[in-house]
Amino acid sequence: MTRVIGLWLALGAVGYAILPWYAIEDGFWSFLWLVDGWPQDRDYAPAIVQITAHGRVWLAPLLLFLAAPLAVIRRERGDRVLAATLIAAGAGGLGWLLLQGFAIGIRGWEFATFEALFGPLGDRQFGMGYGALVLAACFLFLVTQGLAARGAVNGDGFVVGAIGLVIALVTAFILFPVSRILVSALRDNDGALAPGLFLDKITDRTIWGIDCLYGALSCGAAWNSLILALLTGAGTTLLGLAFALIATRTRFRAKRLLRVLTVLPIITPPFVIGLSVILLFGRSGAVSQFLDWSLGIEPTRWIYGLPGIWFAQMLAFTPIAFLVLIGVVEGVSPSMEEAAQTLRADAWKTFTTVSLPLMRPGLANAFLIGFIESMADFGNPLVLGGNFDVLSTEIFFAIVGAQHDQGRAAVLALVLLTFTLSAFFAQRRWLGRRSYATMTGKGDAGIPVALPSRLNWLVYGTALPWALLTAIIYCMIMFGGFVEIWGRDHSFTLRHYAEAFSITTGAGGLVWSGAAWNSFWTTITIATVAAPLTAAIGLLTAYVLVRQRFAGKDAFEFGTMLSFAIPGTVIGVSYILAFNVPPIELTGTGAILVLCFIFRNMPVGVRAGIAAMSQIDSSLDEASLTLGAGSFATVRRVVLPLLRPAIVAALVFSFVRAMTAISAVIFLVSANYDMATSYIIGRVENGDYGLAISYSSILILVMLAAISLVQLTVGQRRVFRGAEGSPAPGAARGVA
Amino acid sequence: MTIAGRAATVTFERVTKSFGDVVAVQEIDLTIEAGCLVTLLGPSGCGKTTTLRLIAGLEMPTSGRILIGDEDVTRLPVTQRDVSMVFQSYALFPHMTVLENVAYGLVVSGRPKAEAHAAAEEGLEQVGLSGFGKRLPSELSGGQQQRVAVARALVLEPQVLLFDEPLSNLDAKLRRRVREEIRELQQSLGLTTVYVTHDQEEALAVSDRIIVMRNAMIAQEGSPRDLYDTPADRFVADFIGDANLVHAEIAGLEGDDAVVRVGGLELRLPSRGLKPGGAELAIRPEAIALAAGSADGAIPGTVTKATYLGNHVEYMVQSAVGELFVVDGRVDAPIAAGTEVSVTLARRGVTLVPE
Repeated sequence: MTRVIGLWLALGAVGYAILPWYAIEDGFWSFLWLVDGWPQDRDYAPAIVQITAHGRVWLAPLLLFLAAPLAVIRRERGDRVLAATLIAAGAGGLGWLLLQGFAIGIRGWEFATFEALFGPLGDRQFGMGYGALVLAACFLFLVTQGLAARGAVNGDGFVVGAIGLVIALVTAFILFPVSRILVSALRDNDGALAPGLFLDKITDRTIWGIDCLYGALSCGAAWNSLILALLTGAGTTLLGLAFALIATRTRFRAKRLLRVLTVLPIITPPFVIGLSVILLFGRSGAVSQFLDWSLGIEPTRWIYGLPGIWFAQMLAFTPIAFLVLIGVVEGVSPSMEEAAQTLRADAWKTFTTVSLPLMRPGLANAFLIGFIESMADFGNPLVLGGNFDVLSTEIFFAIVGAQHDQGRAAVLALVLLTFTLSAFFAQRRWLGRRSYATMTGKGDAGIPVALPSRLNWLVYGTALPWALLTAIIYCMIMFGGFVEIWGRDHSFTLRHYAEAFSITTGAGGLVWSGAAWNSFWTTITIATVAAPLTAAIGLLTAYVLVRQRFAGKDAFEFGTMLSFAIPGTVIGVSYILAFNVPPIELTGTGAILVLCFIFRNMPVGVRAGIAAMSQIDSSLDEASLTLGAGSFATVRRVVLPLLRPAIVAALVFSFVRAMTAISAVIFLVSANYDMATSYIIGRVENGDYGLAISYSSILILVMLAAISLVQLTVGQRRVFRGAEGSPAPGAARGVA
Repeated sequence: MTIAGRAATVTFERVTKSFGDVVAVQEIDLTIEAGCLVTLLGPSGCGKTTTLRLIAGLEMPTSGRILIGDEDVTRLPVTQRDVSMVFQSYALFPHMTVLENVAYGLVVSGRPKAEAHAAAEEGLEQVGLSGFGKRLPSELSGGQQQRVAVARALVLEPQVLLFDEPLSNLDAKLRRRVREEIRELQQSLGLTTVYVTHDQEEALAVSDRIIVMRNAMIAQEGSPRDLYDTPADRFVADFIGDANLVHAEIAGLEGDDAVVRVGGLELRLPSRGLKPGGAELAIRPEAIALAAGSADGAIPGTVTKATYLGNHVEYMVQSAVGELFVVDGRVDAPIAAGTEVSVTLARRGVTLVPE
């Protein structure tokens, strides 16, 4: 116990007295400062030199908090004074760190009261660097060690530390940025409080206007988003149900093929569907051209707007509804249906009075997921929007467009967040855990009752043409990159691939001369860095959630799942608002992309972990504990080896999701760190469909390869009877 | 190296454990002597497993004090307690071999690997599984897995060994054999052992002492014989073995004995501190003798059901004192249902039960 505290104190001292206190301009991994004037230089000096040599006295009190625990370190664990001192020192240190971080802005004092008290500062704040980071960690773990010493979570320092770490990270990278939206919404662009302006903005005609009901103008973005989300939610639920019924209740032969559908949304960047819809139904699309040629129907721009977006979203999100509903339909116990039949209900009656009501919670769940997905979707509206404004794209244009109005973006983000959070709350309150219970239940004996024949035909009639359409769409994506100019010149070419991915030999050996290489390697690198971190924090959270009991656990779980309900555009805006200025200054770096992916995708890791960990009996952990292994050793020696499939699944899904993400990313990319998706979107906006499509298909192939590789390695793990868990079915379900 | 017991006592002082509003263990005082096998017995939800987990440190008490030996371990986390436990599911680590499982506790506490493995071999030998070390747990039968779990707990030479329903996953015949093995091992090593079960026969067979629990509290504790012969109340009488609970009348007291009238019979039984008046009588099924026809000094009754079970016959008898469940070892001349019988009581197996 005291050894651990000593270790953290030593680290804290290193952070305070040796490492550069402020962020290094050249980047986190640049170590030039070692030979460039450290430790005296103003930019690289550690805190202690900042105080003595550069007059930054506000860093001095930190030393007090760092030194305080030394007085009690010799005391026994369980000692009240030890616990109280640790908590006070840690909390005080963290508090002071935050206070000085936020009280001093880039133009001196942030608050007028301080200005009045201490006079003008004559100095400014810089982003926190290694030193501040290490010291903050030290203070955090002093608090958790103190709480553990007081007996929290059976006095387990490792678990309390893990909980503290997750809470701190979620607070810093989800709650803090999102709260900045609220703050920005209430201020004008100069930073002054302006509630009146806020009211003006939030009641703006472009958000809530209903002109489309009686005039030629279009409706407000909020209404558009809402209508689109309702339509998409309803449509994907019905189609998903049709697919689920085919997969489970009919003798359809190609059921395995249907399962392939479930992988598609995971590996497809969302806007790619929109893109191929244009290739089919746009003015120079294949279908439009055919109709023009055969029936003389003039090609129009009808696809740009509500019909196009809805169509693309249906294609993109139906597989997700299918994924949710197949579990639900399978969960309806055949013995219930058999019971109904022995009670003289015919097939139709059985379906309508027993099966369908039992699926109701699942249907509601699928609807809400479709609703949230549609609201949060950014790529398809961007590609297909036309004059049909929706919230997610309006936010983007408010930030990057000619308006450049952060306040308006914040207000729009607030409206969007209100919609998705309401849906999220509705889902949790209304359904609770009921919908999941049906998925995990043990299989009852009995054979599912065949569908009534009318329904059978209805289901086939809707689902099969849709599946065919999906197949065509993916063919378009694969082949679209090989034609000269889509709709005009259909001659075969490798031009687009060459332009994007050419490699030439120059003076210095190989030159990656293709236009796409830069963003491609950035994407791979960022995704590779983010994936293990995402998996680690996700699984750690899952471990804490499944295996430990502690006060406030429900709130903790809710907080970690919250980012599911926050649309990517909102996250993007919030990161810009929060991390553009000290104390955490990250915009323009690769780190902000990595952090964004970690916290956007964390729920995926958490779900994968929870699903896998629920299959490992907790008596295994307890056995390890009673045999004298601590929590950390137990996690390392028992839990992690058994979780290997879940770890791999979490790694892959976070990798793949990092590659397909667009909505948050598009706000955070910079010249140095451009991502594949934002590069493609840029090409689409320029009308360069050939290159966009060929790049997309390369991305899809890379991800497909990653997933297959994992399937192979997971399949080869050491096999034992009995305790074999299925490889984290929850992971796939966690797409949102 | 041989495995030696380092037996210590376990003491609970007014220990309470509650989960939110639910009280799982309520102000329990108990002492488990060193070297004894004590069983915690009771129906499901009575708090016996929670009590065991409190000893292990898997749960922390809401209030009260727990001592192992002379040391106060109330706030000591599970890892630092000198206790090991055999789980109901055995909890063998599926990704480790049998030997790695048994050596695990030694390895994580920092022993050199070779030494730990030697000790683990020793432990496996002790439970009769030498040569099985290279297998995975899934390649063993249920009984063997159970013995690996015991070996894994033994090699740490714990001060207290805990068993959580260790036999519930075995079939009936194996159960009898394994419980004998556990008892022999415990006695030969002189281990302090706490054993949780809901099976009263198992408890009677293995225990030095039994603690019967009900509703988070201790209903009675004592030797198996005490519990069977002089149950403290209706619940214990009914839970340990079968008992017919019959209303009787204490006519008077003579020294420590009471004169008890039941259905026309008069018995002299230990009064157990009861006063004259109405009383409850527990009659073991084997303490009732039936004879066809009526007789003086007997309770008249009618056999309503007779079930032949090979080595004994079970009867249900409708009598003046209520319906009686009777076990009769005389299988040669069973009494047919519908026969009028006279019921008499033996001296043993009849006891007054304090309310």
